[in-house]
Amino acid sequence: MIDRREIIKRAGIAALGAATGLSSVKAFAVDTVTLPFDNGERPLVKYPQKRPMIGLTARPPQLETPFAVFNENVITPNNAFFVRYHLADVPLNIDPDKFTLEVKGKVDRPLKLSLKDIKKLPAVEITAVNQCSGNSRGFSNPRVAGGQLGNGAMGNARWRGVPLKLVLDQAGVQAGAKQVTFNGMDGPVSDKTPDFVKALELDHARDGEVMLAYGMNGEYLPVLNGFPLRLVVPGYYGTYWVKHLNEITVIDNVLDNFWMKTAYRIPDNDCHCVEPGTAPKSTIPINRFTVRSFITSVADGAKLKRGTTTLKGIAFDGGKGIKEVAVSSDGGKSWMPAKLGKDLGKYSFRQWTLPVKLEAGAHELKVRATSNGGEVQPMEALWNPAGYLRNVVETVRVTAA
Amino acid sequence: MTRINFPTLLAAATLIVTAAAAAPVSYTLPEEASSLKPGSNVEVVKNNCTACHSADYVQTQPRGPKFSKDFWQAEVTKMIKVYGAPIDDADVGKIVDYLTANY
Repeated sequence: MIDRREIIKRAGIAALGAATGLSSVKAFAVDTVTLPFDNGERPLVKYPQKRPMIGLTARPPQLETPFAVFNENVITPNNAFFVRYHLADVPLNIDPDKFTLEVKGKVDRPLKLSLKDIKKLPAVEITAVNQCSGNSRGFSNPRVAGGQLGNGAMGNARWRGVPLKLVLDQAGVQAGAKQVTFNGMDGPVSDKTPDFVKALELDHARDGEVMLAYGMNGEYLPVLNGFPLRLVVPGYYGTYWVKHLNEITVIDNVLDNFWMKTAYRIPDNDCHCVEPGTAPKSTIPINRFTVRSFITSVADGAKLKRGTTTLKGIAFDGGKGIKEVAVSSDGGKSWMPAKLGKDLGKYSFRQWTLPVKLEAGAHELKVRATSNGGEVQPMEALWNPAGYLRNVVETVRVTAA
Repeated sequence: MTRINFPTLLAAATLIVTAAAAAPVSYTLPEEASSLKPGSNVEVVKNNCTACHSADYVQTQPRGPKFSKDFWQAEVTKMIKVYGAPIDDADVGKIVDYLTANY
């Protein structure tokens, strides 16, 4: 079958016939991937600690997960997890014994914690999706500037670390504090470029779920995913999940740097959307994921044997958990409830399966998730100027014979 | 593992990370594969843009009538005003012309 979702080419060969995306990705002979939007050709690149990934940019590095990976396991392997940096001074030589996390600002007891100190604290674990704010931006219609990603700037991992609350309580947050800011070891090339620093409201930072994570799927974080320590903000877009985290500052005002005040903003209305091509009247910082679902077992353009095929996929939302996944095999005219897989927590991918009977001919398969909060994926894509929050019902076109 | 009022906490698991100390890392990024297309003023663009980011940042942007001169002018302005790129006024027009002609 030819995977139209990401057409993978060998050097000098126009397209693969029999092989699917996954098996091709595993081979080293492949060198480019074509994402299904204009100007979507990308190199397949091999980085240390990573399997071949879809290369968006080299410096700073941005790597997208080949979509077939999401059909392998509900947990995304560390070596396939997406990578997104903003600034090119990436820390490449890291000695965890010399690493220090500083906690300062409006606190009674400023702290300097080593990785050993942090690991001595009672550990917790959470399975949570991290998704780039710009995931799926390449599908925006009309197109918008920014990283032109397919659907692979997301992943689900089991994070291990300590609740941020514990460390903030140790430091003693002072009365009047409003926000907590997070800075990592990565920085800009020019000192004129605003350093990447993000902020959370104090109550959010102290909710007991926001985590200082050193472990990912039973191993230390890969370098490009934030070694030795990163922030995990369950349900929230990846922009808050600051990597190589070494500086936490409690402030009594609202952080108004470029990364909070200008970038990563969504329209301040119910749908967080505007008429395509127009600008919103006012904006707010991007926050929780919208509800999404995908078919992972069958790629767009696949040729299937007629009869019964068991479809499989994933669904997730911003933290209420998945209530229902419905699948249509007739382009959205009728819907059948899928069987939900094991519940790994409300922040995790939720696997789903559904056997469908396909007669000979062309079929439009669609999948639509509903969260426990009642949020449903829209049938038509919503639009905003930065191409954030995409969660339209996905369609996979197949032919049965 | 200690439970500390963490509602979504999952069952305890023995992990490698708890047993072994983290080792120092020295990471080497692969060489950049992308380069700017040849064209008039490509050297000006190379000198002004590639200190901070690779050429694929340009190459992967959307194409079409809405992504022409005005778009590239806005991008170059953003690089100067937001990211503090030290670009001489005399070079701005050359960079915009190169980007418009080649991408």
